[in-house]
Amino acid sequence: MSDLFTRRNLIITGLAAATGTAALGVTALLSNRYNLIPPDYGGIYGLGETLTYAAQRPFMARQSLAREFDRNEISKVAPVNGEPPEIDAYQRLLAGDFADWRLTVDGLVTRPLSFSLAELKRFPSRSQITHQACEEGWSFIAESTGVPLSYVLDLVGVRPEAKYVVFFPFDDFWDSIDMLDAFHPQTFLAYGMNGRELPTRHGAPVRLRVSRQLGYKSIKYLSRITVTDTLDDIGKGLGSKGAELGYSWYGGI
Amino acid sequence: MESKRHSVLVRITHWIVALSFFGLLVSGIAILLAHPRLYWGETGAVGTPSLFDLPLPFVLAHSGWGRYLHFLSAWACVLAGLIYFIAGLFTQHFRRNFLPTRGDLDWHRISNVISEHLHFKPSHEEEFWRYNVVQQLTYLAVVFLLFPLMIWSGLAMSPAITSVFPSLVTVFGGQQSARTIHFFVTNFLVLFLFVHIAMLCITGFRTRVRAMITGYGGGKRSSHE
Repeated sequence: MSDLFTRRNLIITGLAAATGTAALGVTALLSNRYNLIPPDYGGIYGLGETLTYAAQRPFMARQSLAREFDRNEISKVAPVNGEPPEIDAYQRLLAGDFADWRLTVDGLVTRPLSFSLAELKRFPSRSQITHQACEEGWSFIAESTGVPLSYVLDLVGVRPEAKYVVFFPFDDFWDSIDMLDAFHPQTFLAYGMNGRELPTRHGAPVRLRVSRQLGYKSIKYLSRITVTDTLDDIGKGLGSKGAELGYSWYGGI
Repeated sequence: MESKRHSVLVRITHWIVALSFFGLLVSGIAILLAHPRLYWGETGAVGTPSLFDLPLPFVLAHSGWGRYLHFLSAWACVLAGLIYFIAGLFTQHFRRNFLPTRGDLDWHRISNVISEHLHFKPSHEEEFWRYNVVQQLTYLAVVFLLFPLMIWSGLAMSPAITSVFPSLVTVFGGQQSARTIHFFVTNFLVLFLFVHIAMLCITGFRTRVRAMITGYGGGKRSSHE
C-alpha cells in the first residue's frame, strides 16, 4: 500500500486533478457558448445527456442527412402509439376535415403568422422515405410529404437571438428542438404519408418530422409553433413534456 | 515485500467498467422489456414477422429512466474502457498478459486447461500470477471483439450517428439487425460475467477480489516464471 502515497504520486494526482478541473471549467464555458447543453442537463442523468448531446452536435453541425430509402422498402405496417386528442377543439376540426385549422407561428420572429392547411400545401413540398424508430424498439420505413420547417421559419423571419423552436399540439405532449434541427433539410411539417393524407392517428392534419431523432420527437396534431431563446419558462423548463415524464429531451440517441 | 498482481490503472478501470456494466445491464433489460421482440433487417414491429420472440412481458413503464441510465453508464464504461485500452497498448499489458505464446496455442493444451477446470482441479500457485491460455483467449475476445461490437451496434441504432456515418448500420444490414446483435453480444458478455465470477468463487473469491482492489493478495511471487 505504501507506494500509493509517495510524493511523486501525490504530485501527479494533484496535477491531474487541477488539469481535470480546469478542463471541466473550460468545457462548460465552451459548451454554453456553442449551445451544447440540453435543457434536461440537471441531475445525475443529465450528465450522460449532456455528454451525448455535446458529443453529437459538432459531428452533425454540417447537416448530415438521415438515410433515405427506395419506394419498395416502405413498410407495410406502420404502427403508432396514442390516440388522437379528445378535446372538443380538435374533434370539431377533425369533423370539418381541418378546413378551419390554422397553424400559428409566433415568438422571436419579425412577422408572426398563421397558416391554413391549404396554404401549407401550396408551399414548396418535400417528400422523403426515411426510417422511423420508436424509443420502445420497433421501427418502420415510411414516406412523408410536407413543407420544410426552414421555409416556414424564413417566412416569419427568425430573430438572431432564437435558440429553440417549440411545438404545441392539441394534446399536452409539447416538445422543442434546437435551431440546428429546426433548419435541417429533413425537418418538416408533414401533411402526407405514403402518398396519402396524413392518417388521423399519425398526427393529422400536420405533424413535425425530425429525421435524426427518435419518433417521439416528431410531434403530432400540431396547433402552434413558438420560437424562443429560453425554455426555462415553459412547463418545468426541461424542454419537453417527454422530459418531464422521464424521456430524454434529445432523442438523437 | 508483497508482489503486485494488478496495476492501479487496471484496478480503477476494472471497477468503473464493472459498475457501469451493471448499470448498462439493468437499464438494457428495462429498455428491452418495452419491446421484447427481435428482428432482422431495417424494420420490425408488432404485426411484422420477428426473428425471435423473447418469453418476456411487454412492460412500457421503464424505458424512460432506462434510457437515461443506459447512456450515463455507457459514457462511464466507454471512457474508462478507452483509458484502459490505450494504456494497455502503451504499457504492453495486452501483449505481455493476454497474448498466448506460440506453444500455448495448441488444441491439446487448450483442451487440457478446459478439462482441468471441468474437473474442478485446484489451480496451480503460478496461475494467480499469470493467465492460462483459455483466460488469455477469453480476455482477448472480450476486450477486442465483444466490447467493440457492443459500442458499434449501439451507435448503429442512433439516427443521429448514422446520419453522419451511414455505413455503421448498413454493414449490419439495418437498424433492427444492429439491435439484435446488441442483444446477442450482451448475452455473451453476461455469460462471460457468470464464468468470471464462478471462477473467482472456485479459486478463492477473497484473495482475487482483494488483488483487484488493493493490487496485492498473493503474497510474494516466487521467482520462477
